[in-house]
Parts: sequence; C-alpha cells; structure tokens
Amino acid sequence: MSHVKTLQSLFKRYRRPGDIVFAWVILIFSVFLLSQITQQTAYTSGKSIVTQPRFWPAVALIGMTVFAVFHLLGSALSERISGRWQEIWLWVSSLEYAAWFIAYAAVVPYLGYLPSTVAFAVLLVLRVGYRSRAALVGSVASAVVIVVLFKTILQVKLPAGKFYEALPAGLRQIMLTYF
Amino acid sequence: MLARWDVMLALLVGSVGGVIIGAIPGVGPAVAIAILLPATFSLDPIVGLTMLLGIYGSSMYGGAIPAVLINTPGTAVNALTSYDGYPMTERGEAHRAVSLAYSASFWGGIFGILCLILLSPVLALIAPMFGSREIFLAALLGIILVILAHRGQIFAAGFLAMFGILLQTIGLDPVTYTQRYAFDLNFLISGINLIVVVLGLFALSQAFYLLTAPDSSPDAKPVTGRMSAGFKELLGHKRVATVASGFGVILGMIPGTGEFTAQFMSYTYAQKTSKKPDDFGKGSPEGLIASEAANNAVPAAAMIPLLALGIPGEALTAMMLSVFYVHNVIPGPQLFQNNIDLVYGLYLALILLNVIVFVFLLFSTNLLTKIIRVPTRFLGVMILILSFVGVYSLRNSLTDCMIAAVFGVLGLILKRLNLPIVPIILGMVLGGIMEVKLRSSLPRLNSPLDMINRPISFILFALIVLVLALHIRTLIKEYKARQPEEDHDLHDSQTR
Repeated sequence: MSHVKTLQSLFKRYRRPGDIVFAWVILIFSVFLLSQITQQTAYTSGKSIVTQPRFWPAVALIGMTVFAVFHLLGSALSERISGRWQEIWLWVSSLEYAAWFIAYAAVVPYLGYLPSTVAFAVLLVLRVGYRSRAALVGSVASAVVIVVLFKTILQVKLPAGKFYEALPAGLRQIMLTYF
Repeated sequence: MLARWDVMLALLVGSVGGVIIGAIPGVGPAVAIAILLPATFSLDPIVGLTMLLGIYGSSMYGGAIPAVLINTPGTAVNALTSYDGYPMTERGEAHRAVSLAYSASFWGGIFGILCLILLSPVLALIAPMFGSREIFLAALLGIILVILAHRGQIFAAGFLAMFGILLQTIGLDPVTYTQRYAFDLNFLISGINLIVVVLGLFALSQAFYLLTAPDSSPDAKPVTGRMSAGFKELLGHKRVATVASGFGVILGMIPGTGEFTAQFMSYTYAQKTSKKPDDFGKGSPEGLIASEAANNAVPAAAMIPLLALGIPGEALTAMMLSVFYVHNVIPGPQLFQNNIDLVYGLYLALILLNVIVFVFLLFSTNLLTKIIRVPTRFLGVMILILSFVGVYSLRNSLTDCMIAAVFGVLGLILKRLNLPIVPIILGMVLGGIMEVKLRSSLPRLNSPLDMINRPISFILFALIVLVLALHIRTLIKEYKARQPEEDHDLHDSQTR
C-alpha cells in the first residue's frame, strides 16, 4: 500500500481546473493520429528505418502518446481544484475572439486595411465593455498609428481593398499605396 | 556595418520599443518579436536582426519597472525582481529600487556581451568541428533539456515537444515527396509555417487571454530622484552582480534553461553568501541585483548556441533563427568563417542597445509608469490587431489566419493550465534540424556506434547520458526521501 502511495506522490503535481479534460483530449488526439500512421505516411522498401518518411512522425506520435498517458495519470492522481466547467466555458468563449480575428482578416481585402482596422478596433473595444469617449478615441488613434507604422512606413505587404477602387483617382492611388 | 542610418534607427526603435513593451504587463518580448517578425523579412538581415535584438535585450530592463512599482512583473523573467523590489517601494524606496534594477541590468547585459566577445575565438575554433552528427546530437540534447527543465510539468513538456516535432513533419517529406499527415488537404500539404504557429501561440493566445480575463488597469506612482544613483550602490555589491551575471551567461548558453534557472541560482547564491540573508524577500538590494543582473546576462549568452551551431535555446532565439533563414544567412559553423562581419556587427549592436536603454531609462521612467496603466482588455484588442499584420503579411493567406487562431486558442488553454508553450516551438525547430542532420550524417556511418566516434559527438553523447542519469538519480532520491515518511506512517498505524 505504501508503494502505491509513493508512486502516487511521484506523479502528484499542481493541477488547475480543466487539467484532466485537457489530459484526456491530448491522449485521444495522440492515439487517433498514431492509428492513422500507415495511411498518412509512406514506407519505402529497401531503405533504412531512419530514412523512412514514416520515421519522425512515428517517433513524435509514440512520444506524444506515452507522455499523454503519464500526464493523464498525473492529473488523475493529483488533487482536484473545483471550477472545471467554468474553465472550459472560458476556453470555448475565446473562440468568439478567434472568430473576430478571422472576420477581420476576411474583410481587409474588400474594405481595405485602414477602414477595416479602425472599424475592427472600435467594434471590439465596444464589445469588451469600454464605453468612454477616451477609449473610443484611443482605439481609433491606435488603429491609425498601427496602419501608418506597418503599411505607410514599413511597407508591409497587405492587400489593397477592393473598396478603394471606387474612390476618386487621386485619393485612390494614395489609399492603395499607403493605407 | 552598424554605421548606417537604417541600422541605427532599427536599434533605437528596437531598444526603446523593447523597454516600453517590457514595461507593459501582459505583452512581453515574445509577443512583440512574433508580431514584428514578418515585417523584418523585407529589411536587410542586420537591420531586421538589430531591431529584434533590441527588443529581446531591452524588454527585461522595462519589465523591472512594474515588478518594482506595482508587484507585477512586466515580463515573466522579472518575477524574482518583485520579491525585493516591491517591498522596497512599500517602504518608500521606489527610486532606490528602480535605479538599482537599471544598474544591475546594465551590468549583467554588458557582462554577457563581453563574455560573448571573449568566447568568439573559441567558438570560431570549435564550431567547424561540428558536423551533421554533432549538430544532431546537440539538437537532441536541447530537446531533452527543454523537457527536463520543466520540473513538475515534464510529461506535459514532453508531449508538447513531441507535438512540435510532429508539426514540422506535416506536409511533403523533403526527400521522397510523399505526404505526411496532410490528410489530402492543400493547406497541410504545404506544411505548417513556424511563424504562423509562433504568432498563434504567443501573440494571439495573449490577446485571447487578456480579452477573456477581467479588465484591470494597474496604478503605478511616479518616481522622483536621479536614476543614475543606483550605480554607486551597485559598486558596493560587485561580487553579487558579477556572479549573478556569470550564472546568466552559463545557463543562457544551455538550451531550455535560460533566465529562470539563472535567476533562481544567482538569488540563492546571493542569499547564502549575504551578511543579511533574512532581508531577502523583504527588500534586499542584493536580491534585486542578483535577479536583474542574471536575467539581463542571458540574451547575449543565448546567442552563442544560435550563432555557433544554429541551435536556438529558447523561443525568442528560435524566432530570430527564422530571420536568418529568410535572408539565407545560415547560423552555424560556417557563419564565423563566411560572415564574421555580421557576427561582430551583432555584438556591437548588443553593446549599443544596452547603452541606449540605460540612457533612455534615466530620463523616461515616469513616462513609462503612465504606459503601465493601459487597461488590459484594450491591450488585448491592440495585440489582436497587431497579430493580423504578422500573420497576414506572410503570404496574404486567410488559411494562415485560421491556423494561427487555432494555435491561439491552444496557447490560451496552455496558459490557463500553467503549461509551457516553448517546447512546441523548440520541438518544431530542433525537430527539423534533427531530421535533416540525421539523414545527412547516415551515408558516413557504417554502424550506429560511428555516430559517437568523434570527440565532440562523444562528448555530446556523454552529456545526454549524464543529463538523463542525473535526472533519474534525482527521481530516485525523491522517491527514497518519501519512503521513510510512508514507512513511518505505517509503523505508527501498526503500533496503534
């Protein structure tokens, strides 16, 4: 019994809420990928094991599975802190901001970098709860500074918005080149 | 090489920008470097690298300000600074603490660079002795150290390092051109870009972290007095500052250990040798010096394995490695022979950035205390906007943005669970190096033992065995240390 307890204490660690869910997910993920190894990698006959295209994915996936098993074991043997589902809800809620980010990236080629960035900054600042004039002015100013820094000064390669095509000739050229 | 206006401007922007970024809790150099990385691809190698070096080398100076004034480290490696810095602020010695932190940082920074310069002839001598098998073994040692350095999280770190290795194999096999874990999806066939992963894991995850957490706006009080005064006091603690910087240099060179271990070892040393060990954690100037000198000596030392072998020891140097690759400058044994002017240019840039930052901080501390007050969710919005530039400018690909968003969510989960992110990046970088170098070393090997039949490869192999043996020994010691307690419990229960 004492040996079981000692083994338990060796695996014990500080465990945050949601840890065991993560441990299960990574184990299932590793086992699934490992089960696909014959379909997803090739084996060329006549070559040594080390030079096989399958070698490094196999090393990585076997390592992932072994470590995931031990991580799950550690999680199961460690003291649980309550708040698992609140934590998982927080992870899920971060998907909203991931969607904001993708939407922003999708809009830029149509609306142009400057208008999209200003609109995105203002809308997101409102979404996260700021209502003061200072916050709104700050978001617009910061968005403009970012655009000027990266597009105007550093000339970072970003697409010109299709919306810019509709602008008058002189302004169109400036917007296409610098904003 | 440095006497160009664009290089000097990049150094100035990087140094000052790094201090500001470091001073804002919740941003950190990794986020800033990840965002700026693609922007530097269009610049000259020396310009891009000096800008990133500026951020890397100066952020820890800035990170000391909130650590001392509001007990919140600006960057993770300033955590120990708050142990003694904040108690000093509480007893009305904020000016003394801040100026001491700047001076110790400067001491550590310059010490690290001097060591790098002094070691250069040795590096130039040893580096050509590293062939494919030696670099493979060095990368393997790096992976092992990165995993073992995360005590208490070794299994998670191991999983994440292996996940990183898997990520770099996705796409087409470089020799046979067969698909590996691409699931016939076009975006996977072309492979997963390191920069996209870096931006997702470091920048987007930080934005998601700040946006999903309650809003806060730290309040830092202004500091009055001459900031150069700390240097005089530092001279009274030369021994602590020098030994701490030495720890920073030695541990900075070893992949996976870096600032944290250097800080803890130098702090422990300072406490053990102090005449007032009880003051540590309650506002000891020696504790503050040990922490700041050690973490600022690391950036220069971390450049040693990167420049000499092309092996990054932590996430920031892994990001810099991609800048080298983009400009077709391959760090490693040949760099010292073919591009020595670039190497010396980087050394000089490191010295200059420390001087620029020190002078900047002497005059701008109170301005930085205002920047610290930026509300955290507002900061999250800005990081999200900046991350877009980094991801989208790579290939103008919406798919890259989606992949980065997925890694952003993964990074958020890891941060919330207090699990490390760095092993994924190092797994990707070192995994790629191991695959290429093992393949290229095979034609010269008749048996597996030939892998270690050269002096350097044998030393590296011996180091791997030693590191693993030491770790197993520590585990056995811990096991035995627990055993008597359990036996004692058993004995007690039997007598009852």
